[in-house]
Amino acid sequence: MNPVAPKLRAHLGIALIGVALAVLPFVVGATFGNSWVRIVDFALLYVMLALGLNIVVGFAGLLDLGYIAFYAVGAYLYALLSSPHLALAFPAVFASAPDLPFWLVLPLGALVAGLFGVMLGAPTLKLRGDYLAIVTLGFGEIIRIFLNNLNAPLNLTNGPQGINNIAPARIAGHALSRPLELFGAQIPSVTLYYYFFLALTLLVIFVCVRLQDSRLGRAWVAIREDEVAARACGINTRNVKLLAFGLGATFGGVAGGLFAGFQGFVSPESFGLLESIMVLCMVVLGGMGNIAGVILGAVLLALLPEVLRWGAAPLQQALFGSVPVDPETLRLLLFGIALVLVMRLRPAGLWPSALRRRELAAHADGSAP
Amino acid sequence: MDIFIQQIINGLVLGSIYALVALGYTMVYGILGLINFAHGEVVMIGALTALTAIGVLVPAGLPGPVVVLAGLLIAIPVCMAVGFAIERVAYRPLRNAPRLAPLITAIGMSIVLQQLAMIAWGRNYHTFPALLPALPHRVMGAAITDLQIIIVVTAALLMAALLWLITRTRLGRAMRATAESPSVARLMGVDVDRVIAFTFVLGSALAAVAGVMVAANYSIAHYAMGFMLGLKAFTAAVLGGIGNVGGAMLGGLLLGVIESLGAGYIGDLTGGFLGSHYQDVFAFFVLILVLVFRPSGLMGEKVAERA
Repeated sequence: MNPVAPKLRAHLGIALIGVALAVLPFVVGATFGNSWVRIVDFALLYVMLALGLNIVVGFAGLLDLGYIAFYAVGAYLYALLSSPHLALAFPAVFASAPDLPFWLVLPLGALVAGLFGVMLGAPTLKLRGDYLAIVTLGFGEIIRIFLNNLNAPLNLTNGPQGINNIAPARIAGHALSRPLELFGAQIPSVTLYYYFFLALTLLVIFVCVRLQDSRLGRAWVAIREDEVAARACGINTRNVKLLAFGLGATFGGVAGGLFAGFQGFVSPESFGLLESIMVLCMVVLGGMGNIAGVILGAVLLALLPEVLRWGAAPLQQALFGSVPVDPETLRLLLFGIALVLVMRLRPAGLWPSALRRRELAAHADGSAP
Repeated sequence: MDIFIQQIINGLVLGSIYALVALGYTMVYGILGLINFAHGEVVMIGALTALTAIGVLVPAGLPGPVVVLAGLLIAIPVCMAVGFAIERVAYRPLRNAPRLAPLITAIGMSIVLQQLAMIAWGRNYHTFPALLPALPHRVMGAAITDLQIIIVVTAALLMAALLWLITRTRLGRAMRATAESPSVARLMGVDVDRVIAFTFVLGSALAAVAGVMVAANYSIAHYAMGFMLGLKAFTAAVLGGIGNVGGAMLGGLLLGVIESLGAGYIGDLTGGFLGSHYQDVFAFFVLILVLVFRPSGLMGEKVAERA
């Protein structure tokens, strides 16, 4: 067989995926309407989030149950710096709304979220896995409680009402919340956001792939497999784990900033424990440590609630004549069942990484964990 | 001063409930080395089952305490069955899996139980009828109700019984042996699987009692109450030294008092910047501080790192 053929086929495959991704919003928008393009936009945000958490859980093997807190930090920072809220709450300090450029606010949010990650990681990373899970869970809740209550006496977060009137993402002077006139055709806002999110998602994927194959990536895997042995091999386990936490949090911060700009509104409700668990589900279900698997998991689980909303209620209506279980409950129920079943039947996820599969096969042989 | 004493009393009542729940965490951790994430949901199921039973029994015209006791006696076996099921579904099949796996199944179980409870009992808050005498007694300028006395005394009795069970009976010896080393315990003729199942069932029975106490104390219960309670009880277990039964009791009482004093005085301490709605935050700060400065807890031994 011609040795060029596999390479050519790979290129062809990439080109096909590229074309499919490029026309996706138009196809979806034409067949299902623009609200579904919006759902696809959210799916892309979840892909970014899941890839960030995958660095922590999948690569480094640190179970983080409060990951959504970093998303919240990114989102609130963006919201504070791009909405009139600060000017309204503190007229003495801010004469007008802080009108910072989008390209400054987004990296700033990422940076601050990353700092939070390191801050949380520094005291807790010497803990064993399950303790770490609980502490991160507690941290996530603390952030949410503060967001909920920091409206008095100083109105920083506007409490449960959240912050609205957040400025949209702005690229080359065009706010993405408004449709773009191009060659006489009108491209709707959700489609613009789609391309923007897609570009950033591809960037995140690229960074993840490069990280995975880097010295740092191998150090993470070593720590996940056996921390003591990793240390014996000369890996500075504390710094490497901190980097995993910080980088994961940074991705979360970026996704948070994008979410705030896209939605135009943030409130503590979006950052509860269940959101953290949902992102964890994406990572676990798709295949911890495998980038393609995590993307699959994120897309599946981001679309699931919409599919349920669209399908479950009519189905129940037809079967029982009423809707005993609302789609939201059903979604969570399915998540819970999926977590149990996946861990029992396919512990490496739907699309496992080769290494994980080997590792689990070794466990199944009865060798010591 | 009387406010201080009042907060201490409230804290002790709350703390004895935390201690009962913490015992469930600490016993499972002592034996399996795993956090049973679904334990908080068992408490919730106990509270709601008892409330449903009480709701059925109230029209029968029995005296209040009898009705509550009957509700409790129905909730206990239900919770035991739930605890048994959790062990069967989420833990036993994964006993030799990597450590992350049972943690994730437990989270899954927790979500499933919570959503099932939501389907069964709805999103509403259920009120606990005023069946127990709530007349306050005056103690050094503070008030303590009969209900609070009942809670503290019941919790103390249960803990004493548990200590007796663990230190004086054959079963207790089997539990301690399994906690020490399952494989050696098995060689000595201990049916390890049964001991583990029994530990879950025992912890769940205590959780049922705690659930009824919480519902009676706050006169309210709903499907999401288990999560925060479970977290705090876990904090209590860690504070006392996880795996240590005496530590869980001490940790529970301490955490209750810390929380109640903290919520009472945070306003004064921060000059009104933070208020008592930050009550839930204290447990987490205590948890993080303990884990950073004394991960073995107050009464625990040093835990070796597991590879």
